[in-house]
Amino acid sequence: MIRDKCAIVVGASSGIGEAAAVQLARRGYRVALVARREHELRKIAERINSRSPAGEERALVFAHDVTHFNEVPELFDRIAQSLGGLTLVVYAAGVMPRVEPEEYDFSKDLKMVEVNLLGMIVWLNEAAQLFTRLQAGTIVGIGSIAGDRGRKGQPVYNTSKGAQAIYLETLRNRLAKHNVRVVTIKPGYIDTLMTRGMGNLLWMISAEEAGRLVANAAETARATVYVPARWRIVAWLLVHIPSFIFRRLDA
Amino acid sequence: MTEPPVNPDQALGPRHWARVDGWGMAVRSFGYLFHPRTADEIRNVYDLARGAGKTIVLRGAGRSYGDAAINNEGIVLDLCGMDRVISWEPDTGIIELEPGVTIQKLWQTIIADGYWPPVVSGTMHTTMGGCAAMNVHGKNNFKVGPFGDHIIEFDLLLPSGEIRTCDRAGNARLFHAAVSGFGMLGCFIRLKMKMKKVCSGLLRIEAFHTRNLQEMVDEFEDRVADADYLVGWIDTVAGGSGLGRGIVHQANYLREGEDPRPADSLTISAQELPAHLFGIMPKSLIYLLMRPFINNPGVRLINASKYWSSRIALRGACYCQSHGAFAFLLDYVPNWKLAYGAGGLIQYQSFLPRGRAVAAFEAILRAAHSAGLPPYLGVFKKHRPDPFLLTHALDGYSLAMDFRVTASNRQRLWSLAGELDQIVLDNGGRFYFAKDATLQLWSIDKFLPPANIEAFLALKHECDPENILQSDLSKRLFGKRFSAEVTQQSL
Repeated sequence: MIRDKCAIVVGASSGIGEAAAVQLARRGYRVALVARREHELRKIAERINSRSPAGEERALVFAHDVTHFNEVPELFDRIAQSLGGLTLVVYAAGVMPRVEPEEYDFSKDLKMVEVNLLGMIVWLNEAAQLFTRLQAGTIVGIGSIAGDRGRKGQPVYNTSKGAQAIYLETLRNRLAKHNVRVVTIKPGYIDTLMTRGMGNLLWMISAEEAGRLVANAAETARATVYVPARWRIVAWLLVHIPSFIFRRLDA
Repeated sequence: MTEPPVNPDQALGPRHWARVDGWGMAVRSFGYLFHPRTADEIRNVYDLARGAGKTIVLRGAGRSYGDAAINNEGIVLDLCGMDRVISWEPDTGIIELEPGVTIQKLWQTIIADGYWPPVVSGTMHTTMGGCAAMNVHGKNNFKVGPFGDHIIEFDLLLPSGEIRTCDRAGNARLFHAAVSGFGMLGCFIRLKMKMKKVCSGLLRIEAFHTRNLQEMVDEFEDRVADADYLVGWIDTVAGGSGLGRGIVHQANYLREGEDPRPADSLTISAQELPAHLFGIMPKSLIYLLMRPFINNPGVRLINASKYWSSRIALRGACYCQSHGAFAFLLDYVPNWKLAYGAGGLIQYQSFLPRGRAVAAFEAILRAAHSAGLPPYLGVFKKHRPDPFLLTHALDGYSLAMDFRVTASNRQRLWSLAGELDQIVLDNGGRFYFAKDATLQLWSIDKFLPPANIEAFLALKHECDPENILQSDLSKRLFGKRFSAEVTQQSL
């Protein structure tokens, strides 16, 4: 019999991914930590396992660069097999390099599309197929409120997040009949490496708090969750501001 | 800490993990799903199961209502990919098929040559292997016997890898056991069958109402000599004086010359069911319209409307209908089971000897009503005995009843089924493995002759001594009796 409460967190070496993995392990999940930086993963796994009930290895480590797309099908199987089951996949890998107002650097753009979007697609395609066969499971994609509108500062980051939201919505619509939940998380400002040095940001919450909210959403939510929830109001306003005003307001 | 070790048994890895349900969705399982396309690929899975200490269930289209095609924690061999028509001879009506060929593919292959399958299930999506293993029947069972009566020969792939060719002359014992043997002796990999020549793609239908079960049985008995098909719908929620009331449909093949343009109806398009309701609504969405009515008051309303409109409109109604439209009632609304909600449904079908059928079925309906669990669909058919070892058929009648399963009624429903089993067994009745989800371990000894059970267990020991072929149904009904030691003792 496959085990219940088994999760893969892709992008677990820092930020929301790390915090979500820790939260899930605390809630009894066996969690596969996937990221490029093996050293960080091992430290997180040690922290999780040291707090796990005696003899229980709740965190497993799998070093992987999400832009190595061809490795994913085999690795996905190996992880599911090692976990002994799979009920949840969280895709939290993401990059947002600094982009100057007049900068159009394709290498940065490509990286964002590869990590944020294509990596998500290749991982969640695997999850979708397995969960379809199992007629159960939850997929969580960490998008961003940045994907709700085309803002001047980060053209391709916003594009990757907007595309993620559409991809996750299509998965949700495809998989609903198979009893699979697909949750889109749209965080506002979270205190992570990504936001360091950006000054005093509105409604900033800690990564730990974000991880707790992501884990809550993974267990119960059905569609899109803003983290924290008050960002839904901001998002609604942003979406409804006419373009000719928005382009003047947008920093 | 190093990267965790991986289970070397990749062959049963996540690519094969699957939840596999009984068609009625009321019984579920987790299994390792394989899709072989050749006999050698089946052999490989047999070997894999042996090596991994797993059991295998053979599965066709998965249309068995209960747990006949599921195997919790075991391997599920889905044979739908073995769906080739090996040969078809229009001159003789002889066809050779792989086990995954569906009834749909079968009739589509032969219709233009003026043939129709002699026995079809109520859905065209069942497979040859499944139909043979369950020895299914049609609405003409009283006249032409079950599916197995039309099989000339088959190849059975045993778990040892050996292929046994069986017909009524050679390997007759195995022939009569594998058909009806619910996939426990080996896998059909080739079936040779005889199709029925028809003069038209149309049937002449006569429809009329009956006020109670006795009247329905009387009509069946009066018409049995002339009818090619007979089927009754029963308003299973009606009680009191309306208990067992229903509608009978009789169908007859058209004789030579009766259809002036047979070529028009002997086509695939003439036999297809309509794709839309009222020409606009896709059939795949109709179950959503049904959903609000799948409850006691809803079914009461629908059934009463259907019955009373038949009394007014169907007085001796006579019309022509295609074979497909008459035969495949279950396919009019794709996935109609979803209207039953997440808990799904079970079908309780029992077979009772002719002389006891009316009283016993009335007692069954009353018991269901008293329990507050009226069935939502009832289908009545006439049967005749056949020579297959574990047959469900007898000289009498069957009533198939669909019950909605919910989280809150499940326990009561299963205990009602136990109560109904007693009525059936007390009256010398039988059950059908393709439908069953509720019988208990001791049940088979009460309705199958001991000699048949012993003969079947002896063949199981001979063909599958390692007891590789199992299903949740076999585990539920036969317990440990398949294992060699127990079989030896029983012999």
